[in-house]
Amino acid sequence: MSDLHTPFESGQGLVGATTQDGAERSPGPWRVALSQLLHNPVAIASTVMLVVVVGACLCAPLYAHHIAHTDPFSSNVTGTTVVNGKRAAILQQSTQGLGLGVVPIGPTWHLSGFFLGADGQGRDVMSRLLYGGRTTLLIGTASAVICCVLGALVGIVAGYLGGATDWILSRVLDVIWAFPVYLLAICLSVVLLTSGLDLGPLHVSAGSLMLPIVIIALIYVPYVARPLRGHVLSLKESEFVKASVGLGASELRVLRRELLPNVLPSVIVFLPLMIALNMLTESALSFLSIGVQAPQASWGTIINDGLDLLYTRPWVATAPGIMLVITAVAFNLLGDAVRDALDPKAKLRGSI
Amino acid sequence: MWVTPRYPAAAAAAAAILLTVTACGGSSPSTSPTGGPAGSSSATGDAAGHTGGTLHLVAQSAGGTLDPQVNYTLQYWQLYQATYDQLITYARVGGSQSVDLVPDLATAMPKVSDGGKTYAFTLRQGIRFSNGKPVTTADVVASFRRIFKVASPNAGSWYNVLVGADACLKTPATCTLDGGVVADAKTGRITFHLTQADPQFEAQLAMPFASILPASAPSKDAGTTPIPTTGPYYFSSYSPNSALTMKRNPYFKQWSAQAEPAGYPDEIEETFGLTAESEVTAVENNQADWMYDAPPSDRLVEISSKYSDRAHVNPLTAMWYLTLNSNIPPFNNVKARQAINWAVDRAAVVRLYGGTSLAQPACTILPPGFPGHRDFCNYTAGGGTTWTAPDLDKAKALVQASGTAGQQVGVVVQNDSVNKSIGSYLTSLLNQLGYKATLKPLSNNIQFTYIQNTDNHVQLALTQWYQDYPAAADFLQVLLSCASFHPHSDSSINIAGYCNHSLDAKMDAANTLGVTSPSAANTQWGTIDEDYMKESPLVPLITPKLVDFTSSRVGHYQFSLQYYMLVDQLWVQ
Repeated sequence: MSDLHTPFESGQGLVGATTQDGAERSPGPWRVALSQLLHNPVAIASTVMLVVVVGACLCAPLYAHHIAHTDPFSSNVTGTTVVNGKRAAILQQSTQGLGLGVVPIGPTWHLSGFFLGADGQGRDVMSRLLYGGRTTLLIGTASAVICCVLGALVGIVAGYLGGATDWILSRVLDVIWAFPVYLLAICLSVVLLTSGLDLGPLHVSAGSLMLPIVIIALIYVPYVARPLRGHVLSLKESEFVKASVGLGASELRVLRRELLPNVLPSVIVFLPLMIALNMLTESALSFLSIGVQAPQASWGTIINDGLDLLYTRPWVATAPGIMLVITAVAFNLLGDAVRDALDPKAKLRGSI
Repeated sequence: MWVTPRYPAAAAAAAAILLTVTACGGSSPSTSPTGGPAGSSSATGDAAGHTGGTLHLVAQSAGGTLDPQVNYTLQYWQLYQATYDQLITYARVGGSQSVDLVPDLATAMPKVSDGGKTYAFTLRQGIRFSNGKPVTTADVVASFRRIFKVASPNAGSWYNVLVGADACLKTPATCTLDGGVVADAKTGRITFHLTQADPQFEAQLAMPFASILPASAPSKDAGTTPIPTTGPYYFSSYSPNSALTMKRNPYFKQWSAQAEPAGYPDEIEETFGLTAESEVTAVENNQADWMYDAPPSDRLVEISSKYSDRAHVNPLTAMWYLTLNSNIPPFNNVKARQAINWAVDRAAVVRLYGGTSLAQPACTILPPGFPGHRDFCNYTAGGGTTWTAPDLDKAKALVQASGTAGQQVGVVVQNDSVNKSIGSYLTSLLNQLGYKATLKPLSNNIQFTYIQNTDNHVQLALTQWYQDYPAAADFLQVLLSCASFHPHSDSSINIAGYCNHSLDAKMDAANTLGVTSPSAANTQWGTIDEDYMKESPLVPLITPKLVDFTSSRVGHYQFSLQYYMLVDQLWVQ
């Protein structure tokens, strides 16, 4: 039976195996993929970049409370700080010409406070950038995981069971697919962020991060489920699946032992790509004030905060934008590398 | 008067706040960069040779209907000064004299008799509408009937003192104002009979709602169709999605330089659809001569430093304030309301508005320099008559004493950048006080009506009020009387829903006193202001100033305390 299995039959992979006659078998597909990743400089570089970004964001409370000594979520409009030994207002009254306008303090480039300056509320931009990164990464990752799990589930079930189940699930996906992604996200956000979400005994408040996570996860399910359904339809006709069915394996066993291991690499390839996509979506929604709600911050909300300071304090908007670009590019490069390692023939990104 | 918002929304192009009117006494000087006299232009000299050219104005959006008896925005009230006339009007000059009432279509100020219940005018002869037809007493009578027929916004609050107004309010379509407005075509005499003396009646006659229109004007909102005018210009075309054009009225002959001076430009065009950022750039590059909307906050420093000779800063008799809903928790508790007044850092709000050159902290409902204003400050750390600092400890103690700590509070603001930033500050402050506050930004177009309707259960809202005319009642009685509170209505300007019959009686007494002794009445209004502040239904935040930004070719800038920049008095050549 093992001869009929694809390279991703469960039981093989990450741990090397030895045949009964003692001869060493070739390394499993997972091990090969890992080895390829470890020898791919782009994958290594993007992973390092992500580790740095994630690590820095996880240290946000440490930086805000013990280094910058600031509360990034409270307004500090009339506060002062010390710059080069001199006390200065955080929001500074213009003294030029007619004296119109107030400008937040600019970047001090000192980690001890206001490294990237202050925003319009007198809050430390660097601290908010790190906290915002936590939120953006959390929403991007959590929604991508939910999206991939749901997408895989729907794709496998629809593809394998076929018939009415496939028809119903496909039509549901068609309906979601028919909406422009951002329009659907905006509609859901506007409705849910007004009153929260009530599902029987479960209540999600309007300001909860669960709402953007769920909204973003749902709108992208078709993007994962459709290619996987096609993949399963193809696998269903393969010899090793037919052999398994012919040997009397139950549907559950076929799904678990034959299909899932072969679909899993595609799901894993999807994951980093979806994280990047979902982060961008979250930032777009938050930029439009219909994503993460104050007092929480995300990179999108910080860009929004900086919109009114573009002429005077461009770092407020550009710093989270740069972080977003770096992180999204890193996830995309990692996704490409994972795809190359697991399935060089896959064209998954092209289908997104 | 509330006027359309003035600062740009973050992502969308929003509206811009604008203001209506100012002042009183005219004692507040213009801070025009030239240092010239109040309200005067940076350009001086003979007007000869400055007539002609086209004045280009820009705005984010149109101001709605062009009908002067319906429109209630400063955007068009400014333009009506050069187009429509009333029997009497505020002098169309810059500086302190701009709050003086002068005869316009009437030959003289009215003769008041019968204890302030009868006002008699004589109509000027020889004036024609822009369609060539003469202005007659029949047009005057028809215009006042039309106020009710088109459901003019203040028909029920300003003109309800006219005899016959009750019937007109009940059945507008058949409004005749029998006995209320009596005209004699032969003598040109027009007499108004009131049901009771009203010290604000003359001021209300000078408002654009009381414009004299042809009797043939439609008995419904004219919308985008211009109605013939009497002033130096008429509206030649209007498309709310693109532009508004004004041309010279060929039948206009100046009859009073104070009431209706001839304008300088041959044509005035206002283009709609620009963002405030684009408006600034257009004016900087002389592609436009003036922007209706206030410059966005991030361009103020640039304007202030590079274009200081083209920026005109003028104080307003206006108020940015918070309304505390006195009928639902937590602000149905007077201690909770007082806590907010103690806690709000007005200096912070001044900074968020644009700094000390653009606003000053407010303690009173009546703005500084306004009739009835008295210097006092009930909610400032350390006491005194001016605001110096918040007292957060006292505020926290009051919140605890009120038993409202921990309650949810929604902060409803307009979604332009300045309002939202003040809202963010307030949300942060409320959380500090122990509430669970959330910010609810709403479109500028709907926020003002949304916060008035009790069905929306708005607890705390940020809004603004600009005077219609210089009288204490235009703030206190309009914003806080029981008559201004209309539950379940979008037109309930007493947004706090605060109704105090004792203070209502005091306001009625002050109004009555105002007929015979305005000075004594103003003293009473000052006391009433303080009485209201003790109950704390409102939180006065700042008294704002206005920035007019003009192109380099513009001269003869004049600022009226009543109607702001006199558009048609600008020179463009």
